[in-house]
Amino acid sequence: MIWVLIFPLLSSFLLVVFGKYLSKKIVSFTAPLSILISFIISLFYFSRASEGIIYKIYNWISVGNLKIDIALKWDPLSSVMVLMVTGVSFLIHVYATGYMHEDKSFSRFFAYMNLFTFFMLVLVLSSSIIMMFVGWEGVGLCSYLLIGFWFEKESASKAGMKAFIVNRIGDLGFLIGIFWILYTVKSADFDLINAAAVSGKIPVAIASLIGILLFIGATGKSAQIPLYVWLPDAMEGPTPVSALIHAATMVTAGVYMIVRLNGLFSVAHFASTVVAVVGVFTAFYAATIAITQNDIKKVLAYSTISQIGYMIFAAGIGAYSAAIFHLITHAFFKALLFLGAGSVIHAMGGIQDMRKMGNLRKYMPVTFYTFLIAGLAISGIPGFAGFFSKDEILASSYFSGHKILWSIGVLTALLTAFYIFRLIFMTFYGKERMDEETKHHLHESPKSMTIPLIILAFFAAIGGYVSLPKFISEHSIWEEYLHKIIYVKSELHFIHSIELNLTLLSSALAFLGVLIAWYLYVKKPNLPIIISNKIPFIYKLLLNKYYVDEIYEFVFVNPFVFGSEGIYEWFDKPVIDGTVNGSGKTTLFLGKLLSKLQTGQIRDYIYSILFGVALLLTLLLMGV
Amino acid sequence: MLFYVLGLPFLFALLILIIPNKSKRIIIPISGFLSLGHFILTLILYLKYDITGANFQFVINKSWISPGINFHIGVDGVSLLLILLTAFLFPISFFASVKSITKREKGFAFFMFLLEGGVIGVFVSLNVLLFYLFWEIMLIPMYFIIGVWGSKNRIYASFKFVLYTMVGSLLMLIAIIFYFKATGGTSFELTDWLAKGPLSNPAQKWLFLAFALAFMIKVPVFPFHTWLPDAHTEAPTAGSVILAGVLLKMGVYGFIRFGIPLFPDAFMKYRESLIILSVIGVIYGGMMALIQKDIKRLVAYSSVSHMGMIMLGLLALNIEGFKGSVYQMLNHGLSTGALFLLVGIIYERTHTRQISDYGGVAKLMPVYSAVFMLIMFSSAGLPGLNGFIGEFLILWGTFEANKLIAVFAATGIIIGAAYLLWLYRRVFNGPVKEGLKEKVFDLNIREILYIVPIIILVIWMGVYPSTFTKMIKIPHSIQKHLIIKGGVEK
Repeated sequence: MIWVLIFPLLSSFLLVVFGKYLSKKIVSFTAPLSILISFIISLFYFSRASEGIIYKIYNWISVGNLKIDIALKWDPLSSVMVLMVTGVSFLIHVYATGYMHEDKSFSRFFAYMNLFTFFMLVLVLSSSIIMMFVGWEGVGLCSYLLIGFWFEKESASKAGMKAFIVNRIGDLGFLIGIFWILYTVKSADFDLINAAAVSGKIPVAIASLIGILLFIGATGKSAQIPLYVWLPDAMEGPTPVSALIHAATMVTAGVYMIVRLNGLFSVAHFASTVVAVVGVFTAFYAATIAITQNDIKKVLAYSTISQIGYMIFAAGIGAYSAAIFHLITHAFFKALLFLGAGSVIHAMGGIQDMRKMGNLRKYMPVTFYTFLIAGLAISGIPGFAGFFSKDEILASSYFSGHKILWSIGVLTALLTAFYIFRLIFMTFYGKERMDEETKHHLHESPKSMTIPLIILAFFAAIGGYVSLPKFISEHSIWEEYLHKIIYVKSELHFIHSIELNLTLLSSALAFLGVLIAWYLYVKKPNLPIIISNKIPFIYKLLLNKYYVDEIYEFVFVNPFVFGSEGIYEWFDKPVIDGTVNGSGKTTLFLGKLLSKLQTGQIRDYIYSILFGVALLLTLLLMGV
Repeated sequence: MLFYVLGLPFLFALLILIIPNKSKRIIIPISGFLSLGHFILTLILYLKYDITGANFQFVINKSWISPGINFHIGVDGVSLLLILLTAFLFPISFFASVKSITKREKGFAFFMFLLEGGVIGVFVSLNVLLFYLFWEIMLIPMYFIIGVWGSKNRIYASFKFVLYTMVGSLLMLIAIIFYFKATGGTSFELTDWLAKGPLSNPAQKWLFLAFALAFMIKVPVFPFHTWLPDAHTEAPTAGSVILAGVLLKMGVYGFIRFGIPLFPDAFMKYRESLIILSVIGVIYGGMMALIQKDIKRLVAYSSVSHMGMIMLGLLALNIEGFKGSVYQMLNHGLSTGALFLLVGIIYERTHTRQISDYGGVAKLMPVYSAVFMLIMFSSAGLPGLNGFIGEFLILWGTFEANKLIAVFAATGIIIGAAYLLWLYRRVFNGPVKEGLKEKVFDLNIREILYIVPIIILVIWMGVYPSTFTKMIKIPHSIQKHLIIKGGVEK
């Protein structure tokens, strides 16, 4: 079982040490192979995981009463995740052998990608929250390395740093949450934490406190309000990285963590409410920004934030299996969207601005059709994967009585369909707006890139059928498989007639979104500019992402840096060090002063003796 | 055997003096191999140490100057680990100095060995006067190492270092003499003093303050830290490594061996103040590190932050905090020591420490950059590397003692990441700075050879910490007086 971890790690290690000496051919064979082996192993365990297997590797920390094992936990939840992580990771590795072919740091890239997969597996397979933290930070490290992969570019290295530090802010919450868990449960083991919460051993207030602290960590890693700001910048990394880390796997870690601790969160009502509200609000908020972006990857980045918002929302309202369901379908269609975008960028010679694209479907049909399938899936067009998972989330929120949140979710669905088809129409339809030079080079991507696209498109199309709407079938393979890991079973009753209406509504909105996008960007391509000129304030606000980066810079970063500078210049140097040097100088001064007494002149000494005697006599005579 | 571990550096110091001046170019490599031999001897000592055995082992107790002033040495797990760290860092420091020390090599090697002997002496002494003797002995070589082989402001820095430390230790000497008198004037033996029980107040309070001041300056605890950036920055690479790697730990060790056991009530009285100063140090040191323009000064201020963390672990007064504190001393010795080595390596090539003079180094020196990054993450406490274990244990121990303090201290992990990553970005990333390409070249075999052992340890201590944590036990002398509290204590 441990081999699932060893192969990616070993491959990464070999690439780091011997990468320089290996040819690109060998690297592009071994790096994906190591992931493929892990995938095969996880397939093997998938069928046996339903009972839950714990595989202890060794005792990591044993200090006082703190005992932490490195142990793998293979249960339905983790095996679904492992399968997705290794599967998607393998496809993206294959894709990257084509995409990164011209890069001179080819082996370094795959060393990081393998290492990432290793840490992601550690995160997913961990049996305790502290071991999860190892994976949690490990994937953060790889994210940092890969965002800043082209480190000579200032913007790339800046984005990498930003990602790591913003995540560290979240980690602070996560860490304090772990301490509270250790404090109340006296164990870091997931099963024990959940069991303690469900049996009421953790006071509800503390459970909510823990829930919120852990969720702060999740807002960092899963890019939710208020810590989402690093993810759009993370697009500086190579596109396969955006697909793997910043869409399919790492950024969903926060959702996974909440579902992993669903026992705790179902007790922590207040924390769950916070989670749900933040999730759905993030979904809406990010979607509004996605509407105005012109960089193809930025649209997808905000789309990712928005979609994870859905998952977080689902986790917050207790629809845990729906959250994971959407996590998996999203992994397929969002990885596909990113890889498709990568294929476009590849063909465009690095251009990411959609205003310079257009009519690309003529030049790259495979990319276009697979991208279209992903677009249909994310929009929630009936029959495609996203439709099933998103509707399950929305229906769950409706039936659990979160009607306001539900309406925000539905509105977001409309926005989603709009922005993704805006992207599709701007990129693949309309006039060819690129220059002749670029147009001349347009080409379909090589097989190593298109085959992963096709495979992912297959799953984005049919992946949803594992869990059908309740009005079609009460029987869901998906829910039954995950049933065992849910501590407090949902007692929601889906009223079929209402659910059908809800589905019809969201489907209609999805079509409406596509239609509006078509009207604005194919039928009347001049209209968007007219509209944005009519409402310049709102347009600018959205285009500049509500100026949140600038606000953070102004409110947090600058005061801290300048404050430190001020303390250094006005306190550390003059006051603290000044006192030290001052006392030295005073001593020196006093010494010099006293040395004046020692003149070496007999006359002076006699005077002072006489003066002393006179003083003493006077004092004695006065009877002191 | 412990006698040889203590005595060998002094012997080496004398040995170096008889090497003829003609062959002075080989003095530092020879010293490196000599101290490597000494490290192997220390390793054997470590292997022979019995974890389940007596409190102090390899004890030598011979009457010396007069009754009560015995030559009494011995080690427990804590001091043995610190001696190991010392013996490990010295050969590395020598090998790192082969190219950079180009004048008075003989004197340099002589003082380095004297320093090593003095440091080990501090860690093995079980007689208070003997301890004080070694504590003061090591000031002299350090003074010369900074003052002779340091950089531009070396005279100012070395004076400041010695005078500042001296103020503290003189008060400690007075306190030692006073204590001696108060216990009947018969013995300077630590065991005798402990057996008599703590002094009554107010004597206990005042004597504690005198001891504590000496230790706080050495650590250094905020606001006694300003000698450190100057001394670290001006010292030659080897000096900075030893200063950060070993010397600072003597302050914490002083609290463990003497400060807490001898003055338990006074310690408890001032514990809260010390905790507050330490947590200020964690945040303040990090903030000061953030805005430094000189790489070495940045690392120096990061030491203030780390040492604050180490003090917190000790002050938590529970097993997790204590073990974390000692563990973090080793980590800090390795990571910060390595950072100084790495800064030294690039300084040798470019002769500048200004961050703004660098840029794009990762392109020019890929191996160096990879090593730097690894050490950086070790220092930032990334799980899987050594720093995490120490920080986690300390913060958890602190949390058990005082939740609010733990939260404040934990902000150190954000600030730590910020100053290190920002440094890395400015020095290693971005376009290659003009004029840099001609000067720098990647690590050579010698440099790789002395860095690799540190890398191995950094990973080992992160992945399998039990090797070292099982060595660390709270000394009976502390356990006896204090209730070890903690949330999960059974």
